[in-house]
Formats: sequence, C-alpha cells, structure tokens
Amino acid sequence: MAHLNIPNVSIRGLAATVPALVKDNLTDPRVSDAEKILKNTGIHLRHVAPDHICASDLCEDAAKRLLDALEWSPEEIDCLIFVRQTPDYILPATVTILQEKLGISTSCYAIDISMGCSGYVMGLSNIAALMQSGLFKKGLLLVGDTISRTCSPNDKSTYPLFGDAGTATALEFNSEAAEMKFSFGTDGSGKDAIIIKDGGYRHPFNSESLLEKEIEAGISRTASHLVLDGMDVFSFGISKGPSSVNDLTEFFNIDMAEVDNFVFHQANLFMNEKIRKKLKIEPEKVPYSLSKFGNTSSATIPLTLVSERREVLKTSHQKHIGCGFGVGLSWGSVYFETENLVIPEIAYLN
Amino acid sequence: MNSEEFIQLFAEQFDETEVSEFHPKTSFRELEEWDSMVALMVIAMIDEEYNVKVSGDDIRNSATIQDLINVVGSKI
Repeated sequence: MAHLNIPNVSIRGLAATVPALVKDNLTDPRVSDAEKILKNTGIHLRHVAPDHICASDLCEDAAKRLLDALEWSPEEIDCLIFVRQTPDYILPATVTILQEKLGISTSCYAIDISMGCSGYVMGLSNIAALMQSGLFKKGLLLVGDTISRTCSPNDKSTYPLFGDAGTATALEFNSEAAEMKFSFGTDGSGKDAIIIKDGGYRHPFNSESLLEKEIEAGISRTASHLVLDGMDVFSFGISKGPSSVNDLTEFFNIDMAEVDNFVFHQANLFMNEKIRKKLKIEPEKVPYSLSKFGNTSSATIPLTLVSERREVLKTSHQKHIGCGFGVGLSWGSVYFETENLVIPEIAYLN
Repeated sequence: MNSEEFIQLFAEQFDETEVSEFHPKTSFRELEEWDSMVALMVIAMIDEEYNVKVSGDDIRNSATIQDLINVVGSKI
C-alpha cells in the first residue's frame, strides 16, 4: 500500500451538520423486518435530506459555525477542499459555490474531490500535503454527502442504511504539529460493488433511467439509484479494514495500545464489529454513531468524532486512527493527534 | 480441506434449520432461513476459518454446499 507522512499541520476544530428530518427504522413503514435490521446494522435513526438540501448546504452550515467558534475570518482561509459523492452539479465543481457562500477570498485554492467511504482520509491527506510547506496557513476540509437521496425507497439493501451529513475540519500550519501518517489502497476491479450507473458519461441519463425494475424480492430500483452489493462490500470490508490499519501501524511503527480512538467508517455494526474484533481493539476505543445517523458516506469519521467524542476532544490531547473503506473500491487509514479542539454542537438544518 | 468440518461450520450460521438438513448436495440458497444476513455470516466464517475471501458472485453461482466447498478449496 502507498504511504505518506505529513508534518507541520494541526487540526484545530471540527463541526457537523445533519438534516433536521429524521427517519426511524423501527417505525418507518418502508422498513420491513425492522428489529432484525436494527440488530444487525446497528442503525436506528437516520437524518435524511429533503430535495432542497444538498451536501454543500450541510457543509456550509458546519463551516460557518466552525469559523465562528474558532473566531477565524473567512478571508483567512487559503485552501478549501470539498470531498463528496453527491455534488450540486455535474459542473462546475461545487467547491466554487462554497467559496462564494462562505465569503472566502477569491484568491483561495479550491478543489472538489470525488470520493466516498474513504473520502475523509483522502481529503485529509490532500489538504495536509498542500499546507505542510507553510504558504497556506489556514485550510478548511469540507466532507459530506446526501447519499440517502440516491437510494430507491423500494430497495431494502440500501434504504435503511443511509443518512446524510456535512462536516467541516479546520486545519492550520503549525511547525510543532505531530506528523499525520497515512496508508492508502485502491482496487477498481470492485467498481460495480457500489455504483450509480446512469447520469455520468459512460451511461448518460436517458429515457429509461427512471424505469424501476425488480432485481429480487424487496429490491426494486432504477438505473439512477445507488446499487450496493452487500456481500461483495462485506467481504472487502472485513479483509481490507483490518489490513489497512495493520499496514499503517506496522509501516510507521505505531503502538496500537497508545491510540485513544479508532474511528472507522460507519458501514454497519455487523461489519464494523468484525473489523474491530479482528484487530483485537477494546470496544471502549471504538466509537459508533451508527444508531443515531446510519451510514453517511464520506462524513462518517468526522461525524462520529463530533457526535461521540466531543467532550474529550475539546479538553485533552488525543491520538487517533481513522480508517475509511468502500466505494471505488478505495480504502485508507490515518494516524493523527489532536489537542483541545474547537467543536460546536451538532446542528440540524431545515 | 475437510468437507464435514466445512458443513458443520456452515450449519452453525443458521439458528433454526436442523443440522440434518445440511449435506454436500443441499441447495442452501433454497433453505427457508437463507437470507442476506446468513450470507454475510457465511462469508465471515469462511474469512475467519479459512482466510479465504469469497465474493457475492461466488455465493450466487454456488447451487449446493459442495459448490461452495469447491470455491473455497480453489482459493486456499
């Protein structure tokens, strides 16, 4: 696997915003076998975006509140990155819209990155690599998706799993910073395991893109909806999740006993617990936000930190390993440290 | 690999189906209890016990337990 170590960049704050609208898997009439789904996936509530809320709106809200809490002016931001699978438009890149809405200077560096489950790790490596030389002093990493809007309501293999969220991570050049350390991997042979077939340029949106077809009992969708091959993704996750973390800790000689938090992409409880047990990590070190938010695609790692570790992150020095794995297929792990982060409470956007 | 041992481990992934129902020729995907969750537990069992990664297609293309044993055996 590929590796990176990046000095001189500190995370200063984190924020997350979710849609106010909540779906409860136990009472949602579209979810059959609800008790079993809750037991196996660990997913109870999902905050889902109505049609007028995009991932960029959730990230914009998180970013504004984070800048306020940090007392940073938007004009100070040299570097803005938006990581997502669900942009506002096919073009232009959504980050330009965010630059304008956030009041960030027109002289900033801004770029979209199209990644999902591994997106936080990929985004963090990109923004930290850009900032490490010190010409960019302050940066904002925005990571989020409205992946529930891609799911067929008649597809039991996706509908109960996904929620929506937007996050903001504030970073600053700091010559005293502990190094961030990364391990990455990619396998495009698994591209069909998680895919939306129509709407790009390989299969443009066409007159048949909205025709719903029954794939099997309980699974009906169109070619514009998200496809998730649960068996392939599971098989991939329980093997690559542990091997990615092991590769990171072995390559950089990281003592896992000294790591305070192992924050995994929140896929589903059954898969995540298999990964945790394979790595022999104590349950206390592995936070879950699945029951409150479900799988929120690229946003799961920062959302879980804000939701489950806010108090301790605000008041202490913490060592973390984050691990994202999924759509692509793409995976990555990161080691980073934080100290006394600024973290506003989770907000709910209408 | 030992087929009897595999069949026993395979049967352990089911809660309600009688152990006597499991033979090399059992069409496991036609068992009443077979569902996507049992499929994931079988994938996890194969990963843990044999260190073999089976795909969704490996499961879908196997009609009987013996077919699955052949898939796992070919990947060990």
